[in-house]
Amino acid sequence: MIVETDGMTDTLERARVSGQSRGEVIREICRHLAPFQTGERPITGDTVIAKDLTIDSLAIMDMVMELEDHFDISIPMNVVAEIHTVDQLADTIQKLCARR
Amino acid sequence: MGLFDRHAGLLEAYRDVRTTGYDPFQIRMERVLSPTEAIINGRKMLLVGTNNYFGLTFDPSCMEAAIEAIRAEGTGTTGSRIANGSYTEHVALEQEIAEFYGKKHCMVFTTGYQANLGLISTLAGEGDQLLIDADSHASIYDACKMTQAEVVRFKHNDPSSLEARLRRLGDRPGNRVVVLEGIYSMLGDSAPLREFIDVCKKYGAYVIVDEAHSLGALGDNGRGLCESAGVLDDCHFIVGTFSKTLGAIGGYCVSNDPDFDILRVTVRSYMFTASLPPSIVASVRQALKVVKARPELRTQLWSNVATLYDGLAAKGFKLGPEHGPVVGVHLPDRMTAIGFWRAMLDAGIYVNVAVPPATPNGVSLLRCSVCAVHTREQLEHMIEVMAGIGRQLGVLGDRTLRVVGGAR
Repeated sequence: MIVETDGMTDTLERARVSGQSRGEVIREICRHLAPFQTGERPITGDTVIAKDLTIDSLAIMDMVMELEDHFDISIPMNVVAEIHTVDQLADTIQKLCARR
Repeated sequence: MGLFDRHAGLLEAYRDVRTTGYDPFQIRMERVLSPTEAIINGRKMLLVGTNNYFGLTFDPSCMEAAIEAIRAEGTGTTGSRIANGSYTEHVALEQEIAEFYGKKHCMVFTTGYQANLGLISTLAGEGDQLLIDADSHASIYDACKMTQAEVVRFKHNDPSSLEARLRRLGDRPGNRVVVLEGIYSMLGDSAPLREFIDVCKKYGAYVIVDEAHSLGALGDNGRGLCESAGVLDDCHFIVGTFSKTLGAIGGYCVSNDPDFDILRVTVRSYMFTASLPPSIVASVRQALKVVKARPELRTQLWSNVATLYDGLAAKGFKLGPEHGPVVGVHLPDRMTAIGFWRAMLDAGIYVNVAVPPATPNGVSLLRCSVCAVHTREQLEHMIEVMAGIGRQLGVLGDRTLRVVGGAR
C-alpha cells in the first residue's frame, strides 16, 4: 500500500516543505470538480465526490489522472477507491507530494 | 438499502434507453442469415455491428470442420483442462497459434475476457505495478480489481503519459507491467505501439498487447498491430480472441517466456472453467488457415472501411480519429444516440449504440463494425440512410446547409 498511516501533522509539515500547501491542493481539486456542482451548495472539504456531485466514476478517474500530472504524482486505483471526500483526496495528494 | 438501490442511477439511464420501444441491450436476432444479414423484429436487417471482420461465421470450410468435430468427439468437454485433460485438438490449436506468431508458447482460454482477466491479474502480483490505458476494455479493468498489484491509468494512446507514470515509480522495487490494445473497440483507433514499446524498453517494463480487434485486420500476415508496427519480438505477451475475425469464441495468449507454462496451474480463469468444445476448436483451427490462405479478405475489409468511414465523413459526421474495422460515429448526447440507433433499426440497419458509462470521456456513439463481405452497395446504402437520419435529427443540419449554400 502506498498510503502510510503516519501522523497528519508530520504529513502536512512535509507537504508544506515540498511546496504544496493545503489551499493550493484544495483549489486545484475544486477547479476540476466545479463543472459537476449541483445547485447552490458549495464544494467543501466534506463534499462526498461521488455522491454530492454529478460526476460519474469514470470522470472521477479521469480527474485523478489530471491531478496526478498537475502534482507529478501517481495515485493508484485501489487508493482512489478508498477516497470519498475532497479532504481525503487532498490528504492523499499531500502525502504523495511529500514522498516525491 | 435494498439490493438494487445502488443501481438506481444506471436504472434511470437504462429507462432512457428503452423509451424508444426497443431495448438495444436485448435485441433478438430471430434468424441470422449470413455474416451481414439477420431477421430482427420480423424483417431483414443489414448487420453492421457484429465484429465479424472477415465474415467467417458462415465460411463453409469452418462450418464443416465444426460439424465433423462434433460427430467425432461430441458436443463438449464437460470440464477444465487441468481436471479433465486436454484433447489432442486443444494442443494442436495452441501449437498452430504459437507458430502463427513465431512464439514458443500459447495458452488457449474459453473466452477472450477470461484470457485478459486471468493473465493480467496473475502476471502482475503483490509489489508489482500495473499500468493500463485509460480506455482499456472491461476485461482489463476487471483484472485490475483482482490483482494485488498497484494499478495506475495513463492517458489513452499517450506514450508520454505512460512515461511520466513509469518515471514517477523511480527505483521502487516490483515489476512494471503495461497493458495496451491493438485497436480500441469503441472508436477503432490503434495504439502508437512503437512509441509505447520504446518507453517500456527504457524503463524495463513488460508489455501485454491485446489484439482482439486487430487479429486478421493488421499486419502483412494478419497477426495484428504487433506485426504492422514491427514490434512482434518486443511484446512479451500477446493476447487475442477467436470471437471476432475467427468467427467463434475463445481467447489465447502467446509468449516466448521459458516459464510460460507455469500459468497453466496459476491462472484461475484457465484452471476453473470448462475448456472449449471440439467444434469450436475445429472451426478456429480452420479459420486460422483461412486467414493465412486468403489475405484478400484483409484487403477487402480495409476497402470497406474506407468506403464507410470516408462516406460518413463526407456527409459531415464526426468519427473516430482514423480508419479502423470499428467506425465510431460521435453523436451529441445519449438521447440523440439512442434515437438515431432506433431510427437506423427502423430503416433496416443494425449497429451498436454505446453510451456512458460504457464509453470513454462520456461520449455517445453509434458503433459500426465493418465486415470484409459487406458489399459496396450495402455500405453506400447505409451512408445514405445515416445522412438522412442525421438531417432529420439535426445532427447534420447546419453543415449540410453550408455545403449546399456555399461558404459562409
